[in-house]
Amino acid sequence: MTASTPDTSTFITAPFQLCRNTGAGLLGLFEKIGTLSLFALRAVAHCFLPRWFPAQFLRQLIDIGYYSLPVVGMTALFTGMVLALQSYTGFTRFNAESAIAGVVVLSVTRELAPVLAGLMVAGRVGAAIAAEIGTMRVTEQIDALTTLSVNPFKYLIAPRLMAGTLMLPLLVLIGDVIGVFGGYVVAIYKLGFSPNSYLSQTWDILETMDVVSGLVKAGAFGFIVALMGCYHGFNSARGAQGVGAATTNAVVSSSILILIFNYILTQVFFS
Amino acid sequence: MTPKLELNAVRKSFGPKKVLNGIDLAIQPGRSLVVIGGSGTGKSVMIKSVLGIVQPDSGSIRIDGEEVTGLRGKNRDAMLRKFGMLFQGGALFDSLKVWENVAFGLVQGRGMNRKDAREIAVEKIRAVGLSPDVGDLLPAELSGGMQKRVGLARAIAASPEIIFFDEPTTGLDPIMADVINDLIVKSVKQLGATALSITHDMASARKIADDVAMIYDGKIIWHGPVGDLDNSGNDYVDQFIHGRAEGPIGRI
Repeated sequence: MTASTPDTSTFITAPFQLCRNTGAGLLGLFEKIGTLSLFALRAVAHCFLPRWFPAQFLRQLIDIGYYSLPVVGMTALFTGMVLALQSYTGFTRFNAESAIAGVVVLSVTRELAPVLAGLMVAGRVGAAIAAEIGTMRVTEQIDALTTLSVNPFKYLIAPRLMAGTLMLPLLVLIGDVIGVFGGYVVAIYKLGFSPNSYLSQTWDILETMDVVSGLVKAGAFGFIVALMGCYHGFNSARGAQGVGAATTNAVVSSSILILIFNYILTQVFFS
Repeated sequence: MTPKLELNAVRKSFGPKKVLNGIDLAIQPGRSLVVIGGSGTGKSVMIKSVLGIVQPDSGSIRIDGEEVTGLRGKNRDAMLRKFGMLFQGGALFDSLKVWENVAFGLVQGRGMNRKDAREIAVEKIRAVGLSPDVGDLLPAELSGGMQKRVGLARAIAASPEIIFFDEPTTGLDPIMADVINDLIVKSVKQLGATALSITHDMASARKIADDVAMIYDGKIIWHGPVGDLDNSGNDYVDQFIHGRAEGPIGRI
């Protein structure tokens, strides 16, 4: 740039600078999406190609599935309860109390159980995966796996991805039952509904697709949580700060992706 | 004779930083080469390039005369089975017991059954001067020196042809450092393996080396038998082995 005075030079370069920054930001974003997609493809390929590590897979099933049960159960229970209570205060204004059972069961199975379970598991499991794999990266344990002829994608990442994708639907199925039960308890014991009519209203409105769509969503969310935990842990920067950042990024990115994919999948199923 | 390991014009940059700037190095079978050099001169990246953990930008790496850069899948696994490595921090798997760590390459890498692998692991744990009961502890329950010993036992467990030692004495007291040096010399001799070590500990280098090479600015600037180290005629080597602050190697 051969501008003679600082004023004209700023005047001329400012738009260039703006373009440059926007371009760099966009390129950076595409680069991130690209590396994440390649990582995901590689990880999925290793889920299907031998060798498999069944002991690792079993450990992850227990870690991700069984130990998340209390968290998901409590979330579903209180969500079902509060739904019954809230919809009652609203619906009595229109004399529409009979719709409460339907509101509870549809909200829980279609939306709340999968999304809330996904978010809770992102906090519990996604963070743990990122911290564990990140620490292994920082302490060279991942390099050590390679030198011992064990592929880290097969040993660390594939078992977590498969366990996440399988276990979240199971957790959500249990969450569905507990959530509906929570609504039932409040409706019967606090709001004075008759158990028979509440249950028959629940069954009447519920369709197979409501539950199935929720379970498919749960599978996708389980995959997202495990993938983001593994990706951020695997690419963790050095030191305690690097692992901390990896953990935060894993939870934040998987939570946001869960909400985005929830919208996309709802659109696919119900429109 | 074909060198066991040969690097030719290996280059690697991270962004604008040239870490390896044309490395040329060859090790004959059964020899122990120690690469000395300051922190951040590319020693670790060089070792990781050979193992394929870091992909070099250009250049050739040959093991037993065969090109190994860009190997994938089964060929790469077969290549990696020739190697053992002792990591700087030990890099023991903290969720596994000590014996499972030592046996890891045998059980998970080569599919040996656990019972046989355990026997070999216990034998290797003895070979590095630890009692077999240590095998049932977790790595976190061991001192730094013991972790290094376990790391060494894991590196030699599968009787590798080539062993890498990454800063084997860093973080140890001088006596424990000498114990580890002795163990390295002993185990490399017993296996008849080729050894490549990187270190900035000169006492360690003099003890375990047959040959010494010095890396500076991503290049090998001197290479010779350990006996010639004090008469290298190279100002960089002189400054480094005597640990002088003043000299051609600039301070950062």
